[in-house]
Amino acid sequence: MTEIEVQDLTKTYRVGDVEVNALRGVNLKIERGEFVAIVGPSGSGKSTLFHILGGLTPPTSGTVLIDGRDLVKMSEADRTLLRKTTVGFVFQKYNLLPTLTGAGNIEIARHIAGKNGRTRDPQFEETLKLLGIASRLHHKPRALSGGEQQRIAIARALVNHPALLLADEPTGNLDTENSTAVLSILQGLNKSLGQTILMITHDPEAAAYADRTVTMRDGRIV
Amino acid sequence: MVFENLKHRPVRTLLSVVAIGVEVTLILTLVGLSRGVLDDLASRSRGTGADILIRPPDSSGFTFSLTMPEKIVNVVRAQPHVTLATGTFVKYIDSFNSITGIHLDEFNAMSGGLKVQKGRVFENPDDLVIDEIFARQKHLAPGSSFEFGHTWHVAGIVEQGKLSRTFADIAALQKLFSARDLVSTIYVKLDDPGNTAAVKEALQKELPTYKIDSIEDFVSLFSTNSVPYIEAFTKVVIGVAVLIGFLVVCLSMYTAVLERTREIGILKALGASPGYIVGILMRETVVLAVSGTVLGILMTYGTRSLMRIFNPSMPQEIVPDWYLLVTGIALAGSIVGALYPGLRAARQDAIEALAYD
Repeated sequence: MTEIEVQDLTKTYRVGDVEVNALRGVNLKIERGEFVAIVGPSGSGKSTLFHILGGLTPPTSGTVLIDGRDLVKMSEADRTLLRKTTVGFVFQKYNLLPTLTGAGNIEIARHIAGKNGRTRDPQFEETLKLLGIASRLHHKPRALSGGEQQRIAIARALVNHPALLLADEPTGNLDTENSTAVLSILQGLNKSLGQTILMITHDPEAAAYADRTVTMRDGRIV
Repeated sequence: MVFENLKHRPVRTLLSVVAIGVEVTLILTLVGLSRGVLDDLASRSRGTGADILIRPPDSSGFTFSLTMPEKIVNVVRAQPHVTLATGTFVKYIDSFNSITGIHLDEFNAMSGGLKVQKGRVFENPDDLVIDEIFARQKHLAPGSSFEFGHTWHVAGIVEQGKLSRTFADIAALQKLFSARDLVSTIYVKLDDPGNTAAVKEALQKELPTYKIDSIEDFVSLFSTNSVPYIEAFTKVVIGVAVLIGFLVVCLSMYTAVLERTREIGILKALGASPGYIVGILMRETVVLAVSGTVLGILMTYGTRSLMRIFNPSMPQEIVPDWYLLVTGIALAGSIVGALYPGLRAARQDAIEALAYD
């Protein structure tokens, strides 16, 4: 079953008087439960595709179906709802809220989604076990290693059971050991829970953890 | 999250709370002072023991700057039910300070007597009797010399609460300030306070142009609503105080929003709506405003203590009936101050915010 279907997707930015064509007709299909890596050089349009699929910016033209809904027709409020319910993000810089503990970072994602932050969720507790961060949840980000922060960021991204997990260079700030651990976790989540994952990376070794690798260049998939 | 955010920047939070506290204290101190001073005046007027007072034609408010012939006292004394009538002469030294000339025997008979705490009552033309508050404020003791429109000799200190803070012999004061046979006010005591209305009516027929009030009607003038400049001044101070709160919260929240640009981007990526983000800032603002209000109320006790030490003649009251209003004022100023930063945060582009370092 198709989770994401992208057809003729374009994105044009205006920088001053100059128009920048970041995406020039991208076509992509990702099946439910698939783990796909997108690789490509800087400026190839990976991040723009990531932002559009995550509902952070609207496309210029084309069709982008996620979980059956077309992003092109979505308003700002619809895209906010998409981020709240359908997509989970993992960033290179972890992007945890520094004033909250690990648990607080996870709870606020539930709160934003309109759920009680402290309600027990057996499936999510399974995810937490897989992530191995139970003993670190009550620490603030500054007291956590990069690997621990990224695992909490993954937990936060999954707490509302999104249809799609988007990971942007999730190992970009980690050493080899932690990179391997995080990639193994992502792979494990994909295999054991059937989580659909789209990961952007520069690293071919990281891309090798995915089921499939898609290469982008000059705003197109090649 | 609200408390964690506020704890994250303790100095900024503290400064915001203190600034709102100052705003609240400013309002409560002004209102407390206005009320305290007026209540004190009312209490000292009641302390004369009089039932009626008579002032010259064209007198307004509760000032005693005009004079009338002292012989009118005899006209008053001739009225039925009048047991005692005495004239006083008030000499204003400046806007806030005056000396009251009294006929000591008559005033004592009417008021129950000035209670001497130290020294003695006046015997010589230059003798001044002051109350305990005035003595404390000016650091005076019996035997001190004191320049107060004239070089006075402090003869004694009396208990406060009776008409004035400074007394001199009326004849000496009239002579000194070229006001022979003139009085500012005539205080009238009746055989029965129940006769006040009837006597007042009779006196008004006898002295149609004079300002004749029962003491209760007169003290009812001692309210902030009856004094136009106090009401206007209070409004100005409230306006300035609200402006302080507005600016402080606006600046505090504006810097908070700038500093938290990336965090706002994270919240947006998690699906937080503009309303959710504004809501966080508003809840922080409410916590600041309420904390500031509580601090401001507590600081009001401090200003009262300071007034007691440095200016005891201006008593400051604690005004709990203003707490709700002042909370509303602090909240309103703070929330308006947080609006622009809140809207700026809500409009923040998520991608730009996430890229912010």
